[in-house]
Amino acid sequence: MSANISAIFYLISGVLFILALRGLSSPKTSRKGNLFGILGMVIAITVTFLSTGNFSNSFVYVLVFLLTGGLIGAFVAYKIPMTAMPELVAGFHSLVGLAAVFVAISAFLNPEAFNLGSPGSIKLGSLIEMSIGASIGAITFSGSIIAFLKLRGIMSGSPITFKGQHYINLLLALSIIVLIFYLCKTQSDSFFWRIIEISFLLGLLLIIPIGGADMPVVISMLNSYSGWAAAGIGFTLENSALIITGALVGSSGAILSYIMCRGMNRSFFNVILGGFGVSEQSSLSNDKKQKPFKSGNAEDAAFLMKNASSVIIVPGYGMAVAQAQHALKEMGDILKKNNIKVSYAIHPVAGRMPGHMNVLLAEANVPYDEVFELEEINNDFANTDVAFVIGANDVTNPIAKTDPQSPIYGMPVLDVEKCKSVLFVKRSLSPGYAGVDNDLFYRDNTLMLFADAKKMTEEILKNFD
Amino acid sequence: MEIDPFVFRLSIFVLAIFVGYFVVWSVTPSLHTPLMSVTNAISSVIIVGAIIAGLSENAQNIFNNSNIFGFLAIFLAAINIFGGFLVTQRMLQMYKKKKKSK
Repeated sequence: MSANISAIFYLISGVLFILALRGLSSPKTSRKGNLFGILGMVIAITVTFLSTGNFSNSFVYVLVFLLTGGLIGAFVAYKIPMTAMPELVAGFHSLVGLAAVFVAISAFLNPEAFNLGSPGSIKLGSLIEMSIGASIGAITFSGSIIAFLKLRGIMSGSPITFKGQHYINLLLALSIIVLIFYLCKTQSDSFFWRIIEISFLLGLLLIIPIGGADMPVVISMLNSYSGWAAAGIGFTLENSALIITGALVGSSGAILSYIMCRGMNRSFFNVILGGFGVSEQSSLSNDKKQKPFKSGNAEDAAFLMKNASSVIIVPGYGMAVAQAQHALKEMGDILKKNNIKVSYAIHPVAGRMPGHMNVLLAEANVPYDEVFELEEINNDFANTDVAFVIGANDVTNPIAKTDPQSPIYGMPVLDVEKCKSVLFVKRSLSPGYAGVDNDLFYRDNTLMLFADAKKMTEEILKNFD
Repeated sequence: MEIDPFVFRLSIFVLAIFVGYFVVWSVTPSLHTPLMSVTNAISSVIIVGAIIAGLSENAQNIFNNSNIFGFLAIFLAAINIFGGFLVTQRMLQMYKKKKKSK
């Protein structure tokens, strides 16, 4: 197949990828969008096979690796529980990163196969492109591994900080740039390996200071990096499908990071520099010890909700941990049968990744037109009888609106306190991730329900009849 | 003077960033998780480079270093492609079921 014809096909698959993302603008068109994406991938792979025209022994090996990988991927995709989506996505990012590193290595070792010159005299532009691709790929890989370990709970979610950490990172980043310069000057492979090694290290160091609840930003950021890595390789391979996809994914991840940062009212650099939620915790616990609060049981909660005419459910990460989404949906169904209006309010940073709560509610068959974003529903709290807060904390804290001293001041929060009564399911009075005491606990209209999210919801269900 | 092909690729890149910017802003927030998994799947189109590396046979030896790295990259990217698209499909399927049961 001639190079021009395959280039046209690569362009077509690039366009199909754009349509795949476009489909996600509504749940109705999303499945068709995904099919466009699959079609684009099939075209890209088929064209690559046809254009190399090599169907000898190595073709068999390629197929074997392709199908083995595919089988593993398919198996994971069918088996993974929806609550584990954040770690799955982090794991997938690490694979894209590592694949980018490997492709860059093969291009460096065997530039003839890619028309980039010969070993020891690779074209200057290609050398820069492939080392940038390899470096970003390596950062994505090791960073995603750390994110995966933190999300999976294998590694503690609390930030790991040490003195001078940011200077070390800066030094590493600068040394990568210097090494790329020398690589171009000397074409020596030892520089190439050093670049990859240092990038692996930088990826680790970048993610360890970032705490568990900042993971939505981290995942989106790594998503963006994996895109830029792919684009870097795309320039090396002169492949438009790869360049277009890299740019799409890169900007997609960047936008998601921005949306997540805005949801926390923190700058991107504040999140990346990390260490959030460590210093405040100790100072706050002393002075606010004995404030009166009301606590209740499932019976009280069932009574309150049954006598309401509208209920807004506010889920958070605690719901995901307890896997309470199915019980919650059942509760919603019973309320609806009693002609009580039920809606769900989702804060942009609820959970551990963008859209995390929405997927869990979708899994439990909650209709998506009952699920609302912060801006859509925030005015409704004032006309609602009961707010049922389950597993959320900081995103409901009214202090974000009133106390300029608070670390979460200015963060957009759900106006839960405006409801006639608030039911707050939580295991204890301990502060949330930001280390700030939640004012809501001590309000007159708040009833604390101390229990695991799932157990409490099931208890309430029993008390309905 | 002739324009370097790099400039054309750069143009594609810059324009695609803008396309991405507008397309992604129009994605509904409730589908942000499928957005991440599908972007994951499509960025594995990097498999194209891996296949070229795996199929190059200049040294008469399938298992020289360059090919091996190609094979490994094919393996990793394939996990992502199948895993990414299928898990996205699985999630999107859940958004459909609800519509029917309503």
